[in-house]
Amino acid sequence: MLTIVIDGIAYGMVLFILAVGLSVTLGLMNFVNLAHGAFAMAGGYATVVLTSRAGVPFFAALPLAFLATALAGIVLERTLYRRLYDRPHLDQVLFSIGLVYMAMASIDWLMGSQQQFVVLPEALSGRIELLGVAVGRYRLFIIAVCGVVVLALQSILSGSRFGSQLRASVDDARVARGLGIRVNRVFALTFAVGSGLAGLGGALGAEILGLDPSFPLKFMIYFLIVVTVGGTSSVAGPFLAALLLGIADVAGKYYVPQFGAFIIYVLMIVVLLIRPQGLFARGR
Amino acid sequence: MADAHSGGIGRHARLALEVAFWALAFGALYLIPRKLLILNEIAILGLFALSLDLLLGYAGLLSLGHAAFLGLGAYTAGLFALHVSSDPLLGLAAAIPVAAVAGLLSSFLVLRGSDLTRLMVTVGLATVFGEIANKAASITGGADGLQGIAMGPLLGVWTFDLFGRTAYLYSLITLLVLFLAARRLVASPFGLSLRAIRDNPLRARAVGVPVTRRLIAIHTIAAVYAGIAGALLAQTTQFVSLDVLALHRSADVLLVLVIGGTGWLYGGLVGALVFTLLQDALAGLTPQYWHFWVGLLLVMLVLVGRDRITRGPLALLRGLASGPERKNPAPEAG
Repeated sequence: MLTIVIDGIAYGMVLFILAVGLSVTLGLMNFVNLAHGAFAMAGGYATVVLTSRAGVPFFAALPLAFLATALAGIVLERTLYRRLYDRPHLDQVLFSIGLVYMAMASIDWLMGSQQQFVVLPEALSGRIELLGVAVGRYRLFIIAVCGVVVLALQSILSGSRFGSQLRASVDDARVARGLGIRVNRVFALTFAVGSGLAGLGGALGAEILGLDPSFPLKFMIYFLIVVTVGGTSSVAGPFLAALLLGIADVAGKYYVPQFGAFIIYVLMIVVLLIRPQGLFARGR
Repeated sequence: MADAHSGGIGRHARLALEVAFWALAFGALYLIPRKLLILNEIAILGLFALSLDLLLGYAGLLSLGHAAFLGLGAYTAGLFALHVSSDPLLGLAAAIPVAAVAGLLSSFLVLRGSDLTRLMVTVGLATVFGEIANKAASITGGADGLQGIAMGPLLGVWTFDLFGRTAYLYSLITLLVLFLAARRLVASPFGLSLRAIRDNPLRARAVGVPVTRRLIAIHTIAAVYAGIAGALLAQTTQFVSLDVLALHRSADVLLVLVIGGTGWLYGGLVGALVFTLLQDALAGLTPQYWHFWVGLLLVMLVLVGRDRITRGPLALLRGLASGPERKNPAPEAG
């Protein structure tokens, strides 16, 4: 029972890291970026290549995966995404699906369609006894890393100068610009951090989510669930939604395997039926 | 008013073009008898895209899970053929109420919330359907698909042959009938009110259009169209797999519609033709990676501007559209 909860929390934490960037672009900047999973996949593959081919240790590969995808994010934002901010949603959907297709085919071409594995370092494999139950060390590591990221995000968004600039830019880009905030730069930076976090999530999650070229499409719906169910008014909303989703999914697959992934979709539809604006959204 | 949008061609020329289009479609039976199987696919994809056009092009409802109804229709027709009767028309008739009920019930879900929520709910619905089909393996065959569908002869006379003659004719006639019905529909006051809703829901409500009821109606109709397309697919290929409910189906049909242009009914048909030929050519070049080029096409299409691409070469054909259209091709947010 406790194992399931901890597995679920680890799973949910990874989902949160994966999706939090999307909650900013989609929720705050109102840009439907279905290609978010492609960044996560890029991070995962970067880690695989770094650790297995270049011999970089796992702990060093994680920040590198973050930086690499953040860089990819900023380049794409400056060259392509920026032009589509004020386009209709249909255009954004089409554009990002196009990117997903391209990313999937490219990865397939470069790395092959088989499942990839991240070789975990000795220190993270195996299980340890915790409160009388065996818990995977890697799960605990994920929970620790993600916990730090969540706290850092929360303090940056609500406490720092950049956080207030971002919130101002989102609330009213014109006024923010008038006040001397460089809105475009704020958005670009946010997009980069969001993509980077997706990359980090992909790197961390490769072990528990599985990594193959169909990753972006397979998990797109999960990210979207986290964002829409969690609402976008805070970090806490998507975080709780991700935890809920993680635990529900793991528990569902464990207790009623015949329903499988079914539970979370039904759960999502029910939530959206009752609260179309998300579970934790404040009224606007 | 119609002439203002028809690119300068008169009504007679438009009618002639339209007749030529369908004459070519039917003439293909004799002109290219070896390609009938792929033409059958095009006709079905065209019908599927047409149903999305009703939803997106006329009512402005964005869906990324339209394959849910395609799959539902396909499974209904397939199961009907296996367990009840192998008569194709009866199977088609069986798929209609099922798709209609699903469309009606799901419309209450789909119409809640904003564009974003709708995107999610539609994807979620298609995935739930896919998951049901996957898990109910004893009924649907699960991942193996629904096999062993044997279709009886059409109207008791024409058997389905290996070259797809009957199949293509059957699909094409169904497409034509449904196309004409759709044209009547969008030119009717009902269709006009849909466009009013698409362009500005608030204003439409203010002038007395029952917005929600109209949207529920068109969602149901679009679901029926998609269900019929699915039934045709199941009957003519005599096989149903989980693939009919997959996410990429919904994404592809969106692409098909966008290639041809939304909001003029022929968009889906032209798009299906272009898309399938493109897919055929690309798959010949790079069998495994053709989705890369589809993706590139999508990205370019959006960056260059959907309007500009479809307006150029299709300006002539656009005159074929029945009504004054294309003022506001993209559905606005909200």
